[in-house]
Amino acid sequence: MKKFERLNGLVAPLDRANVDTDLIIPKQFLKSIKRTGFGPNLFDELRYLDEGFPGQDASSRPLNPDFVLNQSRYQGAQVLLARRNFGCGSSREHAPWALDDFGFRVVIAPSFADIFYNNSFKNGILLITLDEATVERLFQETEANEGYRLDIDLEAQTITTPSGEVIAFEADPFRKHCLLEGLDDIGLTLEQSGAIRDFESRHRAAQPWLFRDA
Amino acid sequence: MAGQTLYDKLWTQHLVTSRDDGSALIYIDRHLLHEVTSPQAFEGLRLAGRKPWRRDANLATPDHNVPTTLKERSAGNAGILDDVSRIQVETLDANCESFDIEEFRINDERQGIVHVVGPEQGATLPGMTVVCGDSHTATHGAFAALSHGIGTSEVEHVLATQCLIAQKMKNMQVRVEGQLGLGVTAKDIVLAVIGRIGTAGGTGYAIEFAGSALRDLSMEGRMTICNMAIEAGARVGLVAVDDTTIEYLRGRPYAPSAEQWPAAVDAWCELVSDDDAHFDKVVELDAAEIEPQVTWGTSPEMVVNVSATVPDPAEADDETVARGMTRALEYMGLEAGQKMTDIQLDKVFIGSCTNSRIEDLREAAKVAQGRKVADNIQLAMVVPGSGLVKRLAEAEGLDKIFVEAGFEWREPGCSMCLAMNADKLGAGERCASTSNRNFEGRQGYGGRTHLVSPAMAAAAAIEGRFVDVRDYDDASALTKSA
Repeated sequence: MKKFERLNGLVAPLDRANVDTDLIIPKQFLKSIKRTGFGPNLFDELRYLDEGFPGQDASSRPLNPDFVLNQSRYQGAQVLLARRNFGCGSSREHAPWALDDFGFRVVIAPSFADIFYNNSFKNGILLITLDEATVERLFQETEANEGYRLDIDLEAQTITTPSGEVIAFEADPFRKHCLLEGLDDIGLTLEQSGAIRDFESRHRAAQPWLFRDA
Repeated sequence: MAGQTLYDKLWTQHLVTSRDDGSALIYIDRHLLHEVTSPQAFEGLRLAGRKPWRRDANLATPDHNVPTTLKERSAGNAGILDDVSRIQVETLDANCESFDIEEFRINDERQGIVHVVGPEQGATLPGMTVVCGDSHTATHGAFAALSHGIGTSEVEHVLATQCLIAQKMKNMQVRVEGQLGLGVTAKDIVLAVIGRIGTAGGTGYAIEFAGSALRDLSMEGRMTICNMAIEAGARVGLVAVDDTTIEYLRGRPYAPSAEQWPAAVDAWCELVSDDDAHFDKVVELDAAEIEPQVTWGTSPEMVVNVSATVPDPAEADDETVARGMTRALEYMGLEAGQKMTDIQLDKVFIGSCTNSRIEDLREAAKVAQGRKVADNIQLAMVVPGSGLVKRLAEAEGLDKIFVEAGFEWREPGCSMCLAMNADKLGAGERCASTSNRNFEGRQGYGGRTHLVSPAMAAAAAIEGRFVDVRDYDDASALTKSA
C-alpha cells in the first residue's frame, strides 16, 4: 500500500452527514475493471449538473458552482473534512479509489462506516476520527479562512492548525504501522502460511463438511 | 466468567493468530464473488504471481450487471447491450476459468443474486465465516454464519491467503418479542429497527437478532433482517441456529452429505448465545407494536409507519439532522406533514437480495391476485432472486398472477436495486421498492426510492399510491412471515 507519514494539506469541508458510497462514486462507474481513473467522477451527482456516464470527457460537463469542491479556494485540497457516518452503505472500494485518484490523502470526520474505514486504509488513505465539537470547530475555521491547511503527522498522531493548536488523534497500532511502512498486507499474511495451514488442518478435522474437496 | 455470545463463539472458532495490538487473522470458509468487486482483485493476484489458496472455498456468479428481460437474457453474455457491463461479466467468466473457480454463469439456472444463491445451494452453512465483496453479505448471518462485506483489496487478500485481517467487533442484541400483526413482515421489523437505532447505530457491532418474533420467522424472513443490518451500520447480523435453520439446509446441494449430517447438526446446535452472555448494547422491540413501514427520505433511517405523515425537520434533534432532512425532502419532492398514503407512485420494484426469495414473491402475489396495477404506474416489475426461485415461483403459478395483474415477470439479478443494468428510474420518478437503499440516485439518476415490504409494494402497485396493506378487504389472506 501507499505510505503515509506526514502531510501539510489544504482542507475542503463537505458539510453533510451520512455521506454514502453511492454518493462518493455512483454505480455506473463501478463497471470499470481497473483501480484507477475514478477521480473525475468523485461525488459525480453533486459535482456536475448533468448525469454522468463511464468514458465521458468530464472536462466538457457543466459543473455545479455551489458544490464545495468546485470552488476555486478548495482546488488542490488533500484533506476532506466531513460529518458523521461518512462512507456508509455499499462496500465498493471504488469510493476510496475515487478519493485517492482525486487527490485526497486524509478524511477527518466524527465517525466512519466500518467497511469504508477498512477499504480506505488498504489504499493508504488516513481516516481521522475526532469528536463532533472539534470537527465543528474545524469546519468553522476552514470556512472562515481561505487557504486553510492542516499539518498531519501520523507518527506523532497530531494535527496542527495554522494557529499552532495541536489536536491529538487516535490511531490503531497495526494500521498505523502498515501506513507508516507502506506494507503489503497479503505479503505479511503469507509469512504466516504455516499457522494458516495448521489452523486449516484442525478446522478440517473438526468440521469436514466445510471442505468440499475432502 | 460470563458466557459467550454467538458472535464470540464464531470469532474464536476462526481465529488463526491474534496480535497484541488487537488485530487478528481469521480464517474464511466461504468466499462468494460477483463481477463488480472482483476484477481488480484477480488482476492483483496475477500481477503478484499468486494463486487462490483454496479453490473449493470460492463460488462466483454474475448478478449486478445482468439484463432481466428474456429477450436479452436468451443471448447470454452477448445479450448485454452495454459494452462496459458485458466486459465486466466476461471478465468474471475468464477469471473463474483461469483460476479454476466454480461459477454459475449468466444462463445457468443456479445463477442469481449472490446472497440468494449461497443459502439456496447450502453453500452458506452455520458456523462458517462467509465474505463477499458486497455489503449485503450480512444476509448469510441468518444461518449463524459470521458473514460480512469486504472491499476489493480484501477480496484479493482472501483469495491469496484464505484469511482476513480483522478486529473483533462489539456485541449488540436486538430482541423482538411477541407476535407480528397480520400483514407485518420481516422487512417491517428491520426497517423499524433501523428507524430506532439509526443508520450508524450498529457501527462497530455485530448485531444478533433474537426474541420470539425472530424465532417465528422463516429463513427467508431472517435473511431479510440480517441483510439490512448494514443499513443500521453493522457489518454483521446474526440469528442463532434452531430447527428452522437445520430444516432449511437439509438436502441442499452444498450441504453436508448424509454421513456428515448428524455430526454437522450436533455442531450447529451449539451456535447460540449462552444464557449469561454479555452484550455491550441491547435494544428491545415489541413485535405487536410494529406497523408496516415506508421510508420517506434518502437514508434507510428516514422511515415512518405507513399511517404517519412526512416528518418535519423543525422537530429534529440537532442542526445536522435537520439539514439532512430538509435536503432529503427536497430531493424526494415531499413536504413535511404530507400523509404517506397520499404519495403517488410511478414505478414498483419487487426484488433484490433483501426481498426476492420465494416467500417474498408469495406475499406479493397474494396481494396482486385478482387485482390490476393502477393506471398511473408506468412499470411494476418482479425480479426473482435466482433461476431456481424463478422456477419454483412458476411451478406455483405466481408468474401468472403477476402478469395477469399487470406486473412484468423478469429474469433473475440485482436489477433496479442499484440500476447497474438497464432497469432504472428516470429523474424525478418515484418508486416503491423492496430493496435496501433509498440513497440519492441509487435506483437511477434523480430517482426517488421508498423502501417497503413485498406485500406493501404489491399493494402500492395496485392502488398507485402507498396504502396500509392491513386495510385490504381480504387482509386475512395475508400471512405473517412464519
